[in-house]
Amino acid sequence: MTHPFLFLQWIEEQLHLHLGEHVTYTWFVMIVLILAGLAASRSIKEVPGGFQNFMEVVVGGVENLIEETMGPKGKTYFPLIATFALFILVSNLIALIPGFYPPTANLNTNAALALTVFAMTHIVGLKEHGVGYIKHFMGPILLLAPLMIIIEMIGHLARPVSLSLRLFGNMYGHEIVLMIFFALVPFLLPIPMMLMGVLVAFIQTFVFTLLAMIYIAGALEEAH
Amino acid sequence: MEFFAWCMIAAGFGMAIGSFGTGLGQGLAIKSAVEGVARNPGASGKILTTMMIGLAMIESLAIYVFVVAMIILFANPFTENVLELLAK
Repeated sequence: MTHPFLFLQWIEEQLHLHLGEHVTYTWFVMIVLILAGLAASRSIKEVPGGFQNFMEVVVGGVENLIEETMGPKGKTYFPLIATFALFILVSNLIALIPGFYPPTANLNTNAALALTVFAMTHIVGLKEHGVGYIKHFMGPILLLAPLMIIIEMIGHLARPVSLSLRLFGNMYGHEIVLMIFFALVPFLLPIPMMLMGVLVAFIQTFVFTLLAMIYIAGALEEAH
Repeated sequence: MEFFAWCMIAAGFGMAIGSFGTGLGQGLAIKSAVEGVARNPGASGKILTTMMIGLAMIESLAIYVFVVAMIILFANPFTENVLELLAK
């Protein structure tokens, strides 16, 4: 149960490739973002106008959010977080254009994103604290450490699962609801659902980036 | 064939029970957030961010149920076994 017509899928069939729509549409989103970045940074003016202005607002908004959530240390992780935000937002929003499939409505794309966050959290923690990073897992009392390590490990392993499943469930669920409405009454009825889709796209992007920031900030701070 | 009928029932009831609890939880969270904003409008930004994270956490419970329902309906691992048994 997906879109009736996906144009990249059609091109793929003409070329006899077997890639899967989420891969081709991920490449499409990457191309869009790279072109937007090049177009915005190629001719930077003192007084921004038009497209540069828009991109400055977007980048400034993400920067403010990082500053608020992670504090001054978070500036280092701006490229990672901003990439997550822009990639997920654009992939969620192209679902509203007919003929486009959101790459985030496939569990594989989301698992890749969530595993990146998971790996980054622990790399940051090890880099910041060295061997002392294990104190994050031991809890407040040394006697309870064996128990706490197991609990913390389950908690940390649940993070990528919940991150990827949340995004996948929201986007895939929205796709399915849209398709069912479209099958019932194609005229005008899917439009309210599509409006809700815009809201869902923004909120899920916000939640994913916010949780990624909180996880990384948690690895940065001292063990309690 | 009864197997598939029970699959439908399980998916439907699972989603209903899952969204029931999630609805209650989200309602409580939003109630407290609105009360907080009404008492201290200055803190609305921080309350909104915290509420969003909390809502996302609660919502993921319903999303898990949804994913399980979709697995039951569209990607059931036992479908082939049942069809083989039926063919006998």
